[in-house]
Amino acid sequence: MREVAIVAAGMTRFGELWDASLRDLFVEAAQQALTTAGVDRLDAMYVGNMSAGQFVGQEHLGPLMADHLGMGGVPAVRVESACASGGVALRTAFMEVACGGSDLVLAAGVEKMTDGADVTEVLATASDQETEVYQGATFPGLYALIARAHMAAHGTTEEDLAWVSVKNHGHGVLNENAQFPRELTVDQVLSSALVSEPLRLLNCSPVSDGAAAVLLCPLDQASQYTDRPVVIRGTAMATDSMALTDRRDMAFLDAVAAAGARAYQMAGIGPEQVDVAEVHDCFSIAEICCIEALGLAPLGEGRHCARTGETALGGRLPVNTSGGLKSKGHPVGATGVAQAVELFEQLTGGAGERQVADAEFGLAQNMGGTGASSVVHILQAT
Amino acid sequence: MPSPRYWREIPSRYRLEATRCGDCGRVSYPPRRICFACRSTAAETIELSHEGRVVASTVVHVPPDAFLMEAPYALAIVETPEGARMMVQVADCDPASVEAGMSVALEFRLIRKEGKGGILCYGHKAVPAYPLGGEAEAARRAREEEVAHA
Amino acid sequence: MAGIAGYGAFIPRRRITTEEIARQWGKDPGTIQRGLLLKEKSVPGFDEDTITISVAAGRSALARAGVSPSKVGALYIGSESHPYAVKPSGTVVAEALGIGPEVHVADFEFACKAGTEAMFVALALVESGRVDYALAVGADTSQGAPDDALEFSASAGGAAFLFGRDDPLAEVVETISFTTDTPDFWRREGEFYPRHGGRFTGEPAYFKHVSAATSRILEKTGLKPADFRFVVFHMPNGKFPLSVGKSLGFTREQMDTGWVVPTMGNTYSGSSPTGLAAVLDVADEDELILITSFGSGAGSDSFVLRATGLLRQRRGLAPSVRSMLDGPRRYVSYGEYAKYREKIIVNE
Repeated sequence: MREVAIVAAGMTRFGELWDASLRDLFVEAAQQALTTAGVDRLDAMYVGNMSAGQFVGQEHLGPLMADHLGMGGVPAVRVESACASGGVALRTAFMEVACGGSDLVLAAGVEKMTDGADVTEVLATASDQETEVYQGATFPGLYALIARAHMAAHGTTEEDLAWVSVKNHGHGVLNENAQFPRELTVDQVLSSALVSEPLRLLNCSPVSDGAAAVLLCPLDQASQYTDRPVVIRGTAMATDSMALTDRRDMAFLDAVAAAGARAYQMAGIGPEQVDVAEVHDCFSIAEICCIEALGLAPLGEGRHCARTGETALGGRLPVNTSGGLKSKGHPVGATGVAQAVELFEQLTGGAGERQVADAEFGLAQNMGGTGASSVVHILQAT
Repeated sequence: MPSPRYWREIPSRYRLEATRCGDCGRVSYPPRRICFACRSTAAETIELSHEGRVVASTVVHVPPDAFLMEAPYALAIVETPEGARMMVQVADCDPASVEAGMSVALEFRLIRKEGKGGILCYGHKAVPAYPLGGEAEAARRAREEEVAHA
Repeated sequence: MAGIAGYGAFIPRRRITTEEIARQWGKDPGTIQRGLLLKEKSVPGFDEDTITISVAAGRSALARAGVSPSKVGALYIGSESHPYAVKPSGTVVAEALGIGPEVHVADFEFACKAGTEAMFVALALVESGRVDYALAVGADTSQGAPDDALEFSASAGGAAFLFGRDDPLAEVVETISFTTDTPDFWRREGEFYPRHGGRFTGEPAYFKHVSAATSRILEKTGLKPADFRFVVFHMPNGKFPLSVGKSLGFTREQMDTGWVVPTMGNTYSGSSPTGLAAVLDVADEDELILITSFGSGAGSDSFVLRATGLLRQRRGLAPSVRSMLDGPRRYVSYGEYAKYREKIIVNE
């Protein structure tokens, strides 16, 4: 396999973007990446998107986006793995370049969630339709069950959960693309409305519109497009049972651990070498479970990391310097790619006030459903 | 919900039909063609007991539209004596009172309606296992033991 | 002799008090309670209906009978609140209980006597030898119009009876039906609440038919009121059954066990069937039981039963009516009641 680099990135602001349609969002992010790289052609496109069909009645996104990007004719396909769609789009784009099939591939993710669909119902389709959705389970409800299991196993408290949101907002306030660029206090989180006990409104990532894109090429061609490419050293994916009732251990994300282990092995590094990470904090509990599964915090200790500042900017291992899904926003299909965009900025020294000094290795973990799919990328600065 | 899909699920929803793997003994609910644990296709159909214990629970405050009027409701993972797990609402109690370890009975209930004119979709919900009193209580305990040791 | 091989009942666990409803409409609770002899009634949740109640009662009936569902050759559900206007309740109940597919299923309706209707037919089918076992259920979740007298009594619940030929828990000695066309209470297609003729529902309707059916069955069997240990009448409120019982020569003691209405309300097709179940929960060997239902429109079914020794052995295998009436339950406000009974207009 050839070595693959990310040579450009682009993203829209995340938020309730009433003026932008699904197509508008995609084009804006993709065009940013193309312009930065000075590129007017593509060999292939992968569009990460969870549910345009249900949100805006639109399927067949590959050709649609190629069309509107002015790249008609280019092979383009929509990739779906619920909330991990973006990460899987990146992985698939990587494969196409790595295997020698293409030299210039766009991996982009987009989601338009605010056009009036019943978001709760649409998102629930990422879980088990027959056994979970049918019975009235919601996404927050399922993660609430995971939280309860984690609390029972490790003593995690509602305050621990609140600190994750507070920490991520502390980062998001520094991100001009964030949906909620403002600080939060633990009290505000703990007094916000209950969504599904113990998760409250401010433990949950918001409903967002947005798109993100990265441009991939073989490492030995990267200098055509940028002085500072970022190398994709590891990419891995793993799956787990769809229904929570079939999980080995409800308090532990097996798919995340498996994907992480494979990615570390491919990259030839261990968790201790990760300098900055973007993990899938769709709900506060998810970040805690993810850093434990990735070996970035010892099992049962993940709950302390936000409060102690270990995973905050300036700490041992800054996690979600972008603001995470909570503060930056979570346009579902775009998130996995947006994580790569943040790491690209970090590893090229372009993260401004969010910059982690001398960051060499970045890790992005993007997850689908309640952890039924997980995709991990490890990037290295050059 | 399209009728054919609902109709296919009647055995598992109405009668709690599950499969027990002929090789490793793992019970899958709903039934599976391939055992999740060992990939065997040797499956035996069984009907689960109408009782179990809560493994974990939450109270849903923000429901999907179909359950709008019913929130807040308790949602739990319940394990039956056969070792099968299912996700069910817990009814007929204060949702906040549901906790892990609680004994429940499984009752046949209307789960959802497809709007004003669509089909009615039935299934099971858990209710706290109220003491039945006397012989019925003893009979229930005996059944639980019998199934757990089967 | 054919009879009841198994029986069961189910009463939803929510309640609303007469007082709470009276307060809503600015009525004096004391007057209502004394006038109707009603204290509280059962309220079904969104997840409960005639079908779910029938399944619960049916499961208990099969448990007490110790009979495999595959042996049940007929299943009848009597109700005036079948969940579908067109599509039988019985098919859902049959599948849920594991009965069939070789089974005769039909839904019955005859206002409040649809349950005993089903019992009459189930019994006859078994007596004829056409089937070995037949299950008859009377269950309802009927509505009472707001600020109407019926709102105090219309409640939810039901009872199921498995009829069989050999070794019943209670033998059926005799049964008759008495029917005339009497427009005392009705509901037109598409209307949400039923309507009734006020005081016309008394003498010419309830009292006439209950008295006629009971008198005729006494005549037919040569039995007198004093021969019975228990008597159950349809209970539209607390007063009517006590009144008709007294006029027919029965004592309060005979009526007490089956008089479940003060804390259950009127479960329509489930009313006298549930009273009968309450009686079977305590009846001793050889004790005689009389039950007369009433359905508006109008008619009454009457049964004379004799308890057997088997009853005492089997009845502990499922919950008793009293354990459901007196057991864990939750009281709701009028607002919650209106929500559960879908009296509140919402967008689709």
